[in-house]
Parts: sequence; structure tokens; C-alpha cells
Amino acid sequence: MGKMPLWADAILVPLISLLLAAFFSALVILGIGESPVEAFTLMVDGALKRSAGWGYTLYYTTNFIFTGLAVAVAFHARLFNIGGEGQAMIGGVGVALVCLYIPWPHWSLAIVGASIAAALFGAAWAFIPAYLQAKRGSHIVITTIMFNYIAFSVLGYLLVEVLRPTGQMDPASASFPEATHLPNFHEMFAPEGSRMFRGAPANVTFFLSLLACVFVWVLIWKTRLGYDIRSFGFSETAAKYAGISPVRITVIAMLISGALAGMMSVNTTLGESERLILNSTEGAGFVGIAVALMGRNHPIGILMAALLFGFLAQGGAELALWTDIPRELIVVIQALVILFTGALDNMVRMPLEKLFLTLGRKENA
Amino acid sequence: MDFLTLLQVLDSSVRLAIPLLLACLAGLYSERAGIFDIGLEGKMLAAAFAAGAFAAVSGSVWVGLLAGIGASMILSAIHGIASITFRGNQLISGVAINMLAAGMTVLIAQDWFGQGGRTPSLLTEGRMSPITLPFAEMFQSIPLFGPTYKELISGHSLIVYVAFAFVPLTWWVLYRTRFGLRLRAVGENPASVDTAGVSVIRLRYTAVMICGVLCGVAGAYLATGLQAGFIKDMTAGRGFIALAALIFAKWRPWYALWACLLFGLLQALAVRFQSIEIGGVVIPVQLMEALPFILTVVILAGFVGRAIPPRAGGEPYVKER
Repeated sequence: MGKMPLWADAILVPLISLLLAAFFSALVILGIGESPVEAFTLMVDGALKRSAGWGYTLYYTTNFIFTGLAVAVAFHARLFNIGGEGQAMIGGVGVALVCLYIPWPHWSLAIVGASIAAALFGAAWAFIPAYLQAKRGSHIVITTIMFNYIAFSVLGYLLVEVLRPTGQMDPASASFPEATHLPNFHEMFAPEGSRMFRGAPANVTFFLSLLACVFVWVLIWKTRLGYDIRSFGFSETAAKYAGISPVRITVIAMLISGALAGMMSVNTTLGESERLILNSTEGAGFVGIAVALMGRNHPIGILMAALLFGFLAQGGAELALWTDIPRELIVVIQALVILFTGALDNMVRMPLEKLFLTLGRKENA
Repeated sequence: MDFLTLLQVLDSSVRLAIPLLLACLAGLYSERAGIFDIGLEGKMLAAAFAAGAFAAVSGSVWVGLLAGIGASMILSAIHGIASITFRGNQLISGVAINMLAAGMTVLIAQDWFGQGGRTPSLLTEGRMSPITLPFAEMFQSIPLFGPTYKELISGHSLIVYVAFAFVPLTWWVLYRTRFGLRLRAVGENPASVDTAGVSVIRLRYTAVMICGVLCGVAGAYLATGLQAGFIKDMTAGRGFIALAALIFAKWRPWYALWACLLFGLLQALAVRFQSIEIGGVVIPVQLMEALPFILTVVILAGFVGRAIPPRAGGEPYVKER
């Protein structure tokens, strides 16, 4: 059975899907009476031509790397973790508690503490759906969706009733102490007196997300646990015969996934808002699905896809600022990417497979 | 709580339960045929927008209703193509549809009306008008029954009564017709249906399109019955609560009615009382909001009777291997 060469599967299929998504996005922009070329130029100008634009693009990229990796790790075990949004919210609670109640002497310690707390809280939020899937057979997609809503209620309750300082109106925690301030790109890279990256939220957490990429690569392809996760995802029965416990792998894969999703809040809560707010996740948990699908569940692919979506997020914000196109255009583009790279994958794959099959036959003949 | 307050709470529970019930029955048709649908939310949202927009422009609520059904059916068709024809992942398709609806509704609303992603507020003729049942005034003097009849049973819009009628109708279709038998079979064991010479693909498309129609009605009711016009993200998780109700009801029509009424009551209580005190313990409003989801997780976990989905659910059907 000669199917498709590896490069076609890894690059050609996603590329064609992406082009289809781009084509339909252009149609949508045309449909609301704007020019796709102008919109695209504006997005490039706003997201890539200025250092502050890059500062925002990389900030969003950081979020999407974490949530993309989270979805990918679960995908490797053939689990669909749709609950990244909720896990990131609860991860944020962990960050806030650690930053508000522990007097950190320096940001370098605070980021370690916050990361551990975010990972633990996110993992804990993923644990219940994982356990229920493994032990009681309840469908993980449904339970993680339910847990997103429950997380939102928990967060709302904590912010309104517990963490909100007396006398404050908006549902948010107190600001974190000055010592926990993470250096942003302006402080790290701009020469004295320069305006480079000024006002942009990208911060040191970006490098943490790159570390997470390396971690996931080593975990999935270089460790025994990763091998177990992949075999379980490939065939549950085969994995069982090989002595791999389905319960153990389901729970561990979801714990890692939840921890990664939770760590996104280090970037949003500690890095950007510097206090816990109600809507810091901004749908990044769902973007993670698009990122993982496009990146073919590989850290390098995810990094590139996250960059693309980071560009889209910042470019979309610029569009909303300068034109009548609302920010929701980006949600539409994300939806189209998920649709074409995820759900309609076979629409591209089937004709391509046939094409390669006929080509292969001709060569043999 | 006096009797009249109780009636008002129950009355608003019924109103809030209607979109849930319609979406829940919509999901029932689709999932009984073996097509998982987590896109109920998106379809309702798209329908709510289309209904709000067309009712505002035409001034007729019925044009709005038709537009809502149309919008929802387009999304259903996409779901069908992705999950039936191209055997894609039904869950991923559902996620895409939800996001597509969330984005497109605001995008088009902004383009058409320029009011920041909402449609113009509907006047009386663009909204579903309440129907006063006969004898509502006459019975009013009868204690208990009179006010109940007037406040709770009478005075809803046509869709409310239609939605209730859909429960026995769905039961009848599912358990008493040939189509229903095949529909249930195709969700449990599509190969057997195929062997009997019935097209799996056509049956599943039919189910998915019925789902689209019902979601359309649900969304239209949201924008023209419950509220006066479309606002951004107005479904607010109702599609997922409906999904929860469907699981809660274990994919059966009558139980779906009770589940939706229960979840409607929870919503009504959360709207009316910001916090409830029971025996000195204050129950925060957030718990009321989260309760449908928590209950569903408990049910799914099988602690209160096990919920087993249709066996072929989520699996694309491949004729030959």
C-alpha cells in the first residue's frame, strides 16, 4: 500500500488546507465589503512591521504555544482535550494565590513558583475529567466542556466574593507586588532610551514556552512515557497487550496537558495583567485546537502555527482599530482553519492520495 | 415566597427552558443517528442572528423564523459534509461550527447594522406575540387553578406550545415509525441498516438536517421571543446546557423535557435571586449557573444511573474495508 510520501503528509496537506482557509477568509472579507489585500497589508503592518507589533504578536504566540502543546499531548494519546480554556483559568487562580500570598524577593523566583502553581492547578482541573474517562467511561470531550463552564463560575465566584479587595468595583484580584514584575521585551532588549518593544506585553514567559516545546518533544519522542502515550493513541488494544495501562496513560497525558494549558496563565496573569482578571484567557484554549491541528501535533509545527495565529490575533486587533472590521474576523479565520485542517482533512487528503497512487503506478510501469 | 412569585419563577423557567428543549431535541435526532453534535450552540447563535436581522428588516417575525432556520441548516449541512461525506472528526467539526458562528454573526451584524455586533431592537411586530388561551380571564376567580392557568399556562408565544408538542411527536417518530426505527438503528449499528438496503448516508443527513431545523427554531425564539433582537454571544452556553440535558435524559424525549425544565428552573432562579439562603448557608449565584454542568458530570460519571450514548456515535461509517 503505497500511500503518500512523508513530506506530502506533513507539509502539502496542511498547506493546501491553509490555502483553502485563506481563500474562504478572503471571500468573507470581500463579503463585508472590504478589500482582502488591504486588510492583509494592514495586518502585516500592525503585527510585523513595528517592534511593538512584534511584542504583541509574540505575546499571543506564547499563549498559543502553551495551549497548542496542551491539545497536542492529549491528541497523542487520542484524547481530545477541549478544556484548555478552563484549565488556563484555574491555572490563573494558582498564579494569583502564589503571587499574592507569598512574598517573593525576586521575579526569577516568582516565575518558578507561579509556573509550578499554574501547572498544578491546571493539571488538577484536568484530573477529574481524565479520571472519569479512564475509570467511568464518561466522554472526555463532554466533561472538559462542562469543566470550562464550571471553571468560569468558580473564577467568577473567587473574584467577586474572595479575591476582590474591599471597595473595588470590577471583579479582579488586587495587583501583585512590585517584586513579581516579569521583565518584558522592552526592558530586556531595548537599548537605553530606545522605544523598541515599548508598551508591548511580550515578556520573559515567551522563553518559558520555547522550553515547553523542547520538553514536549523530548517527552513524546525520547522517553518511555512518550512511547507509551503514542502507542496508546495509535491502538488501545495493542497498548493493552504490551502491558500499558490505559487508566495510567489517560490520566498522565491529561495531567500533562492540563499543566501546559494552566501555564499559559503565567504569561497572561503574571506577565501581562499582573493581577487575576475575569477574561484573561480570551479563547486561547480553543485557538490551541487550531494550532495543534495545523502543527500536526509536533512542537516545531506548533511553534510555527502559534506564530501564525499570534500574527492573526495582533493583526486582527489592528484591523479593528483602524477599519470597520471587528476583531471577530480572526475568530472566523480560526474557525475556517479548524474546519479545513481538522474536520475536512479528508477532503484534501483523499484526492491527493489518489494522485500519488496514480503517479506511483506510472513510475513502476 | 408567596404564590404569585412562585408562579412568576415557574413562568420564566418555562420560557428559559424552551430554547434548551428545542436544541436538546435537535441534538437527540442527530446523536440518535450516530452523529455527535457539539455545534448546537453555534447553530442556535447563527439562527438567533439571522432571525433578529431579518425580523428587524422585514418587520415580520415569520420571515425571521425562516431565516433563522435557513442559517442553522447551512451550518448543519457543513457538519454533515464534514462528518458524513468526508468522515471527518465530528467533534472538531462541531468546534469549528461554534467558532464560525461566534465570529460570523458579529462580523455580518457589524457590516449590516453598524451597531457593534448587534441587530436593531425589535418592535412589537418583529417579535413573537403571546397567545392568550381561551377562558384565561374567566377562570381567574378560581383559587390556585385560575392564576396558574393565566400566568403559567396561558400567555406564551406560539413557539412555546409548538416546542412542547415536539416532545410527544419526537417520541412517536422515534418509537412508532419506520423512520424512527431506522434512525435508532443507524446510531447503534449502521452496518445492519446498510445490509437491509437502507442508505446510511441519507438517513444520517436527514437526521442532521432535522437537527438544523430545530436549532433554527430555538435560536429564532431566543432573538424574537425571549429577547428583542440579537446581541453578541447571546446563546451564552445554552447549546452546551442542552447537550447536558440530552445526556441527563439519556437520549430519550420525555426525559429531555424534564431535564430542560429543571435546567430552565435553575436559570430562572439564578436570574431572579442573586443568592439564595437555605438553612443559614448562602448559595452563591455562580453555583446556580454551574449546576447544570455539575449535574451532567455527575450523571456522566454514572453515579446516578449510567448514561450510555448511541453505540455508533462519533464513528464515521465506512461501507467496505
